[in-house]
Amino acid sequence: MKKVLLISILALSLTSCGSRKEAADDQAKETLAPQASAGKQVFDKWCAYCHGKGERFPGTVSLAVKYGEDLPAALEEREDLTPETVSLFVRQGVYSMPPFRKTEITDEELAALGAYLSHTENLADDAEGVVPPELQ
Amino acid sequence: MRTPPGISEVEFSTALQAFANVVGKEWVFTSDEDLHTYRDAYSPLRNEPDERVASAAVAPRSVEEVQEIVRIANRFSIPLYAISTGRNLGYGGSAPNYSGSVVVDLKRMNRVIEVNDSNHYAIVEPGVSYFDLYNYCREKKLKVWLDVPDPGWGSLVGNALDHGVGHTASRFRNHFDAHCGMEVVLPSGELLRTGMGAMPKSQTWAQYKLGLGPVVDGLFSQSNMGIVTKMGFWLMPEPEAFLQGKVMVRRYDDLHDLVEVLKYVENMAIAPGAPEMASPLLGAGGDTKTLVDIFLNGPPQLDRNHSELIAAAELGYSRKLEQYGLDNNIPYWSFHVSFYGPRKVVEAQWEAVQDIMTERVSDAIFQAHDVVTDRDEAVRKAEVYAQNMGVPNLEFFALGTRGGGLPPTRGHLFFSPVIPQSAEGILEANRVFNKAVNDIPLLQQVPMFNLRPFSLPTAFYERCFLLVLGFPVLDDPAINKATVAAFRELIRIGAEHGWGEYRTSPIFQDQVMQTYSFNDNALLRFHETIKDALDPNGILSPGRYGIWPQNLRGTKP
Ligand SMILES: Cc1cc2nc3c(=O)[nH]c(=O)nc-3n(C[C@H](O)[C@H](O)[C@H](O)COP(=O)(O)OP(=O)(O)OC[C@H]3O[C@@H](n4cnc5c(N)ncnc54)[C@H](O)[C@@H]3O)c2cc1C
Ligand code: HEC
Repeated sequence: MKKVLLISILALSLTSCGSRKEAADDQAKETLAPQASAGKQVFDKWCAYCHGKGERFPGTVSLAVKYGEDLPAALEEREDLTPETVSLFVRQGVYSMPPFRKTEITDEELAALGAYLSHTENLADDAEGVVPPELQ
Repeated sequence: MRTPPGISEVEFSTALQAFANVVGKEWVFTSDEDLHTYRDAYSPLRNEPDERVASAAVAPRSVEEVQEIVRIANRFSIPLYAISTGRNLGYGGSAPNYSGSVVVDLKRMNRVIEVNDSNHYAIVEPGVSYFDLYNYCREKKLKVWLDVPDPGWGSLVGNALDHGVGHTASRFRNHFDAHCGMEVVLPSGELLRTGMGAMPKSQTWAQYKLGLGPVVDGLFSQSNMGIVTKMGFWLMPEPEAFLQGKVMVRRYDDLHDLVEVLKYVENMAIAPGAPEMASPLLGAGGDTKTLVDIFLNGPPQLDRNHSELIAAAELGYSRKLEQYGLDNNIPYWSFHVSFYGPRKVVEAQWEAVQDIMTERVSDAIFQAHDVVTDRDEAVRKAEVYAQNMGVPNLEFFALGTRGGGLPPTRGHLFFSPVIPQSAEGILEANRVFNKAVNDIPLLQQVPMFNLRPFSLPTAFYERCFLLVLGFPVLDDPAINKATVAAFRELIRIGAEHGWGEYRTSPIFQDQVMQTYSFNDNALLRFHETIKDALDPNGILSPGRYGIWPQNLRGTKP
């Protein structure tokens, strides 16, 4: 199951321009992308254009206003996100962010994305059998 | 279970089962959660009885599957609604014209069939987004530039079919005009290819647009005559250099000369990039990057004296304001131009534009960015708008967020009539819409952007201007309702002056189509004749752009 997921994501184009601020970052991504986790790849393909780290990303800029000093503006730096929160926003949408469809992000990809943004990926990757049901 | 109007639950279940047999049951969506993702996320009618909503969605993976779906729809009289990437936000999103239709979501058909960087074209399926094609070209190091609209997640096919526009040279910005050859599943399920695609052995699908006989491609844009499954597009060869300059004039009356030059240099192909107008003195309009910077960071703070002069100006003018501009070296009007080609050529083009402008207005001012030869670096520095160099992003979606200290919104609607490309056209449109706002209480009740203090049109389409006024969509149903009514009023007023919308949301399409009414609506009647011939059961996108099939004409919502 996991193998299928990985292949289907690799078949989608590997993003190389999600984060446009740092040259080094871009290059690193181009070479590293094939090894990036499934969740990271979904993030780069669908979310980074608005939630990347930098000053020209609408989601990041908006969240900086929402949370001020209380939380990081970039989603990847948040420690408080759960897979459930991620999935709620992704399927519901908020302000200029419309909901994403299953033809864009499948449930499997969403689970990988949730794991990536809640920093529970290794759990899901390493431990077949002890994967929380919502991530299977 | 939601069903299409007039279809029983039993019939609908049988049809859905038949769809599932074609695409697999995981690609047929009927739950409320799934259908939520097919609503128009920016709809002003959210949760109102007249919100347009789908009864189901089905996502085919191939042309054959699309054909099968269309045949089944005919068998069960199920209305379909085709989308490509379904991100038509501001113009109706992914929701159907006719509530209860089954959305045919083509996102999974995402193959890049071919990109040719010797003949400079691409052939793609509907699910291919600008991001996808951009990344594909980058990975394969192909020497072409795309023309992209603000939303990089949009579909080349979907955007072109709704008459979308981009940011680079005139020849590529009009996305429908830039297409070359299409493949279409007709409402009968039969497959059609236009242009050279109609000739089985041709290798010139994306090289010669006209094929032989009547050119029918237009029938499939802003319409409901077929489901487009492939399209060719002409691309720009990767230019050696890119140059962007700004032409500025100091006096109110210089607007006339400025617009004359704007037209001449574009129509003469001296300055092919989108000429984006602004008024630095009025703090109005602006090139897209300036607007996006405002959405991200907030509007620039003007000197108090300056703001008061702007507020007191009429139709953007007062003698004192003009004097203020002259004293403080703030130009009244400006436009951006951009150039693509060898360094020598772009520099010469820019010089020519300056000569032509100076000839008419001797104290015109000019400013240019450095010539760009490294596009990636220019994008990173964010000095010029990435889209002007064919690089897609989603920066424009800062509009409607908390960014810039502006109140966040749930979306927006665009009112965008075509007005004459002249200074008089700009002034007259401002005069008329300002008067309307002064005279009509309804128009004073709703928030509207880009009308005051002065509205500068966009020139993304060659040869005309589009005056784009925006309405925020809020969480307050009463305001949204008033906004819809105000929008209708503007359509009516525009039409009285011969200004017609270039594109609009489903909720306004009937009204707008009625404004193109020459000779007792001869054009709409012609569309209906064709519709009846091609789609006798009326299954495909009923009501799109006011074209209703026979069985629904007269009963339309
Ligand atoms: C912030 C913002 C900025 C925008 N900037 C721009 C801009 O710069 N330029 C611009 O053009 N637009 C702009 N838009 C409007 C819109 O978002 C884009 O035009 C977008 O590309 C359209 O969505 P799409 O590409 O997903 O097309 P879709 O939503 O897939 O298609 C649009 C419509 O075309 C028809 N259609 C689509 N595919 C097919 C098919 N295969 N067969 C038959 N009919 C079909 C359907 O009626 C469909 O609803 C902007 C919107 C917003 C919110
Ligand atoms: C078009 C831009 C855009 C895209 C693409 C986008 N978002 Fe968002 N996102 C936003 C905006 C704007 C907000 C609202 C911020 C606010 O409330 O101020 C937001 C909010 C969120 C939130 C809520 C955060 C909070 O604490 O309030 C989450 C979670 C989120 N997005 C996740 C995602 C994920 C995951 C993706 C990719 C699948 C994604 N977004 C893609 C623009 C975007």
